[in-house]
Amino acid sequence: MPIKIVNDTPIWQRREPLQQRLIWFGYFLALMLFLLCWKIISDNTIWEFLSDAHIQAASLIGRMIPPDWSITGSLLLPLWDTLNIATVGTALGVLIAFPLAFLAARNTSPHPSLRAFALAIIVSSRSINALIWAILLVTIVGPGLLAGMIAIALRSIGFVGKLLYEAIEEIHPTPVEAVSSTGAGRMQVLAYSVLPQIMPAFAGITVYRWDINIRESTVLGLVGAGGIGLQMNAAINNLAWGQVATVFVLIFATVIFSEWVSAKVRHAVI
Amino acid sequence: MSQSPQLLEPRLLAAKSGSWRPKPKISNASLRWGLNAAVLVYLVLLYFSVDINWSRVAQGMDRGLAFMGSFLTPDFISRGGEIAIGLRESLTMTFAATVIGILLAIPVGLGAARNIAPTPVYFFCRAIIALSRTFQEIIIAILFVAMFGFGPLAGVVTLAFATIGFMAKLLAEDIEDAQRDPMEAVRATGASWLQWINYAVQPQVMPRLIGLSLYRLDINFRESAVIGIVGAGGIGATLNTSINRYDYDTSAAVLLVIIGIVLMSEYLSGYVRKWTA
Repeated sequence: MPIKIVNDTPIWQRREPLQQRLIWFGYFLALMLFLLCWKIISDNTIWEFLSDAHIQAASLIGRMIPPDWSITGSLLLPLWDTLNIATVGTALGVLIAFPLAFLAARNTSPHPSLRAFALAIIVSSRSINALIWAILLVTIVGPGLLAGMIAIALRSIGFVGKLLYEAIEEIHPTPVEAVSSTGAGRMQVLAYSVLPQIMPAFAGITVYRWDINIRESTVLGLVGAGGIGLQMNAAINNLAWGQVATVFVLIFATVIFSEWVSAKVRHAVI
Repeated sequence: MSQSPQLLEPRLLAAKSGSWRPKPKISNASLRWGLNAAVLVYLVLLYFSVDINWSRVAQGMDRGLAFMGSFLTPDFISRGGEIAIGLRESLTMTFAATVIGILLAIPVGLGAARNIAPTPVYFFCRAIIALSRTFQEIIIAILFVAMFGFGPLAGVVTLAFATIGFMAKLLAEDIEDAQRDPMEAVRATGASWLQWINYAVQPQVMPRLIGLSLYRLDINFRESAVIGIVGAGGIGATLNTSINRYDYDTSAAVLLVIIGIVLMSEYLSGYVRKWTA
């Protein structure tokens, strides 16, 4: 136990002196790095804009309240589009992620090189936000729902694939041995011993991703990929902050609803 | 296991005659058929309500192929300066925002833990968390750009704000799961509130807090690539410009840089987590 003697009285210390100094040194390095970062940011910031930030904020909030409810009716169809983007996107992403997860899991992968390939796809898909995919896809397939759906799908592949292959790696090996000892083929082993074990996790992951996708698809319209984000973008460009506030309230309600559904389903399957 | 032999009998007979089927995943038949019907109705609705301009899609196909091809020939050089500036801004924004966000998230997280915070503080901190978690970073970025003007400061504030909700929620859950015995032991010595937090709570949550901080650093970097689209600084602006110019070779280079950094940070956080746990 590290003890420090002060005026002949032993005082208990939590750490050895060297360890304590190393930790302080680590904090010092982090502080220096932070100050360096802050300097770069500060150099690139026009601080004059900040002097009236509180006035801007007050006027922004003032113009948002009360929300302009008159446009609610015209927002319902875009909201339905947003739900469709999220749902179809999740379905497409899951369809691709499902076989990919079996290739990426150590215990079911047919070959190490296939495993590396699958892992590379999963990492690439996870690294890039749906909004970036959407910008790209809008230039490729044109503005609209399809770009949004594919963007959501591309982003979901990595997320679902990663969680699913981790679930596959954690399965119990005994049923696999039992089924293979009956002389079952490779696909039969997967279908009758691996699949039943990962089904609850699979359902949970899918619904969880659907919930996240609802949030993400609300903003895809900002870059032209359809849904309620288009209306939000139009309102922002017109500086009609009352309408923006209405969109925010609708998004908030949708997100709460999808979170509730996802919590219910995950509660039921796990 | 607790089923009676009479119930098992038909399945055993079926197995002997070679016509065994696995049990359905959802045992309640009406729920099963209800779900199937709901999916069918949804698909019909989808078919009639979604209209996609297939001729436009067909037109874009060569552009899509060009983009995929550019991943094989990424161009890091001709816009190298812009990529380097954007990347530096993204990395500095990420680090500064993560530090500020975590420093602010710690008090909020302490306040949002039911076992150590008084009820009014608990509800106040939970409200902050809910507000920060509901809206996408990009929406928050739009508002902060409107307030603070274009540039990386709006990005830092956005990322820090999003970090508060994420970190505080997970920290609060971790504190709520912490063991009671050390807390009671330290309190019994007559420790002050700060000493109590420092010696009874902090050691229990620190390893997870470090892991989550690294994870959030990773998330903030990925998000910093997005919020540049609305003018909040970072590599997102570079990426957006290159895509709008159909300069796919540069876009591919930026995307590869992002993927590389995320991959690196994933390996790094794996090491640090092994080392702190």
